[in-house]
Formats: sequence, structure tokens, C-alpha cells
Amino acid sequence: MSVQAVSGASDVAAAILPRRGGFAGALSDLLWRKPGLLLFLMLAPPLLWLGVVYIGSLIALLAQSFFSIDEFSGLISRELTLKTYGDLFQPANLDIIVRTVTMAALVTLASAVVAFPIAYYAARYARGKWKALFYLGVMLPLWSSYLVKVYAWKLILAKEGILTWVFAKLHLSWLLDGWLSLPVVGGNSLSVSFTGTFIVFVYVWLPFMILPIQAALERVPGNLVEASSDLGASPGQTFRNVLFPLALPGIVAGSIFTFSLTLGDYIIPQIIGTSRLFIGQAVYAQQGTAGNIPLAAAFTVVPIVIMGFYLWGAKRMGAFNAL
Amino acid sequence: MRSDRSQSAPLGIKIAAAVGLAFLHLPILLIFVYAFTTEEKSYQWPPPGLTTQWFAATWARPDVWQALGLSVQVAAISTAIALVLGTLCAAAVSQTRFFGREAISLLVILPIALPGIITGIALRSAFSLAEIPFSFWTIVLGHATFCVVVVYNNAVARFRRTSGSLIEASMDLGADGFQTFRHVILPNIGTALLAGGMLAFALSFDEVIVTTFTAGQQQTLPIWMLEELVRPRQRPVTNVVAMVVVLATLLPILAAYYLTREGDQIAGAGK
Repeated sequence: MSVQAVSGASDVAAAILPRRGGFAGALSDLLWRKPGLLLFLMLAPPLLWLGVVYIGSLIALLAQSFFSIDEFSGLISRELTLKTYGDLFQPANLDIIVRTVTMAALVTLASAVVAFPIAYYAARYARGKWKALFYLGVMLPLWSSYLVKVYAWKLILAKEGILTWVFAKLHLSWLLDGWLSLPVVGGNSLSVSFTGTFIVFVYVWLPFMILPIQAALERVPGNLVEASSDLGASPGQTFRNVLFPLALPGIVAGSIFTFSLTLGDYIIPQIIGTSRLFIGQAVYAQQGTAGNIPLAAAFTVVPIVIMGFYLWGAKRMGAFNAL
Repeated sequence: MRSDRSQSAPLGIKIAAAVGLAFLHLPILLIFVYAFTTEEKSYQWPPPGLTTQWFAATWARPDVWQALGLSVQVAAISTAIALVLGTLCAAAVSQTRFFGREAISLLVILPIALPGIITGIALRSAFSLAEIPFSFWTIVLGHATFCVVVVYNNAVARFRRTSGSLIEASMDLGADGFQTFRHVILPNIGTALLAGGMLAFALSFDEVIVTTFTAGQQQTLPIWMLEELVRPRQRPVTNVVAMVVVLATLLPILAAYYLTREGDQIAGAGK
């Protein structure tokens, strides 16, 4: 309904119809005659809540990144300064940022590779009952408890857990041990290595990648693929030149989630991973034990800026239409 | 029937899709096995024996019940707030055109578009600046903020499909605004709100990242689980709680799916 279109006619209606009695009737008439007032009344509560509680807190947080901490007293001085941002670019902190962004990029790539066949099958071949099954098959893990999922992987990746057992049964223990002895990706067991962190990230964010790719692929007409093969393209060529470009906005849309969620997570690397920090953990440690709210605030600016650029690029690629 | 519909998939795609789906589901199923294991001190596989004693042990734990109670209360009140705010916002955005409409949809989505840790630390620092002590209501404040978007998404999709002329017809037939809302609008958007509400409940019930910043010393069920994950003390009890949580979130998701599957947009497609 367009309120503006009707508002002109309401003057006429008011002249013909009798006024309604009672307070509720009068209120109802008033709102009908003044759609602006109705709109205001509808928007005021959500805007007050989100605008004041949420945006207010965000601005307060960002403002604090321009404060600094006194290194001797540990007190926070409320003078505007860029000193905290100077601290942010110390080598140790830069390491954390680079590590997190690399992990986010790898997780995004891997989820796209794992998600594509599932999305492709669901979009192009699954029909009727199978389609519903595929949909629920993605939705249930998406909505299952985040902590339970992380916990499940703690069970799987533990040294005495099922994965070690499977490798032993397949006589492939040497492969697992070989991988774990590698410098960066290895560790004492999978649950305390970057490999473990990586697997869990991919697992937890995978449904966020499947759904947009599936949505993008569903809009590709099947006869485009047929035309491509009729014209002599091999399945690989069809994929590279027809399917992939058309699915790309969906992949980019999914990558917004996988990238952003990996950037901000602090629980997965804390529970499954090495003692080297990620951005989320650094924020948590700075605001908690270290009590350095300005540096924690400055750290949160990093994902905000990265995601800002990311969203800008994604919008230019038309990814928002695939959301 | 179009020819591409009757084709069956190449074997490679079938296998990759099946492996992918198995990857998504097997870890969760594994939890069910661990809930019955007799092993207490480690995550040993295969389980040395099976027992149901941990269900009784969990049942007798007051801290688990307390955490569960707090989680349910927080989720119920946050969902109620989100239902009101989300529906109002959806009605305003979908029924009228006004300046800044796009900005409002962005504002609603922002709390889950930004990483949870940012929402969490922003709220926490705001509480400390305003000298608000942590309480039940500080948790609700955080949860309601990000639950609004789920209700909003569901309600907006339904409003888009509900014809505006229905409302005009109701008014023409002499109903006042409140009667129209009660007898025309509400029955139309009812199932969408129910679905949105259930998803909001599930989202709040499971939330941990924002909650760690707004809960202070209180324990919701996810915070209880997080403590156990960081410092495992009660492995068997944790296994049972994890299994119960999986089952408890399964039902609202299935219900929300069946309530909205006729629609153009299915609930929860964007968590």
C-alpha cells in the first residue's frame, strides 16, 4: 500500500464518513489521516533502540580508540591522540592482523571449493523431496549451536579422538604425523594446530557459503549450459566460461560472511588452535586482562575497515543481488 | 518437461555433494555417541563402553538447570522485544516510501553483519562509560539488538507478498485501524512472525560471543559450555548438555521451515 497515494483521497473520505466514537476510534482516524504520524510511531521504537543502544555504543567504542593508556599508571587518558594507532602498527600486532587476514582468505577459498558442488547439485539436479532434504541439510548445521559444533571438533581432533583412530585404521598414521611435524601448520596434535583451526572455521561457516552460491546458480538457465556443450565446449570449458562467471556474485556474497566471521571470531582459535593470537582474541585480551580499552577499540577498527572495503568491492561486483 | 531437468548429475558432482553434506552432519552426530560413553577423563575413540548414567548425573546438576533457566528467560524476553521492534520496522519499510529507507534496512542488519565481538565490546564499553552494572537486562539488551534482524527479514518478506489492497478493502468496509490490524494484517503475517520469533529464540539461546561481554558473572547455557570447553572439568555432563542443545535447536528450525516453506523466502536463509 502506498500511503502517499491514499492520503490525498482521505480528505474526501473524512467528509463523507462519520467520525468514529471513542478514543481508539479517534486515534485510528487520526493515524489514517496523518500517515506521517503513523510512520513516525512505527519507526520511533526500533530506531531509538538500534540508533541509541547500538550505534551509540559503536561510536563510543570508536571514540575510545583515540584515547590512550598511560603505560605507568595503567589509567586511560581521555585526550585525543593517534598514539594507540601507533601501537596497533607495532610488529607484534601487525603479525596478528596478517595472520587473521591470511586465515580468513584461506577459509574463504576452501569454503567456496567445498560449497560449490553441494550448491550446484542442490540448484540443478535436486528436485522435490531431495530439494527439501538438501535445504534442511544445509539449514540444520547452520542453525545448530555454534559451541556444540566447536565442541564436536574438539572431540574429533583430539589426539585420542576419532580422526587419529581413522588414520591408524587406514595405516596412514605416517601421513598425519608427517603433516603435524611441518613447521607452521603442524603442532602437537590437530587440536592445537593451525590446521585444526582452519578445518573448524571452514566447517562452521560453510553453510553461509552454500546458500548464496545456490541462490546464484538457481538463476542460471539450464539451456545456457546445454548451449555451451552443443557449441563444442568440454565440461571444464563450460564451467570456466559459463557457470563460474555466473556463480561468482554468489561466491562473493558468501565470502562476505566467511571472511567477516573469521575476522571477528575469538572462540574457535582459543579452543582449537595454537597460542598465537587472532584479532578477536587480541581484542578480548586487551579489553579484559590488559584493561587497555583504547587498543582493543583500535583493533576492532581493523575488521571494520577491511569489511568496509570488502563490501564496497562486493557491491561493485553485484554480489548484493545474490544475497 | 525441460531436458535438463531429467538429466542425472555427473558422478563426480554427486560424490562431492555427498561428501560435503556428510562433512556437515557427521560431527554433530558424533556428539550423540559421546553422550553415552563411559570414558570420563579424555575424548577417547572408540568409546570403551556405553552407559546412560550421565543423563541422570546431568539431571541432578543445579548449575546446568540454573544456566538453562537464565538462557530461556533471556531468549524469551529478547524474542518478545525483537518481535515488536522488528515487525514495526518491517511494516514501516515495506508499506511506505520515505527518505532514508535504505539506511534503516542497513541499520537493522548491521548488528549481525559486523563481527559479534565488535557488538559485544561496544556494548560493554558503553555500559562501563554509563556505569550500568551487569544484570539480566544487560544480556537482554544485547540479544534483542541482534534478534531484531531475523524477525525483520521474515516480516518484510511476508509484507511484500501481502497485497496492500486488502488493507484498503478492510478500511472501506468500515473497520478502523485496530480492527484491520487484528483481523486482516495479523492473520496474514502471523506465521511469518511465529517463524521469525522461533529463529530469534534459537539465535538468542545459542549466542555466546556478545553474551560474554554483557553477562558479567551470570551464566547462560552457552557460557556454561564455553567454560567447559576452555577448562574441561565435567566432560560427560558436557557431552549430554551438547546433545540436548542439538535436539532443542532442531525442533524450532524444522517448525520455522514448515511454517514458511510456501513463501518466496524461507525463514533463516540469512542467519
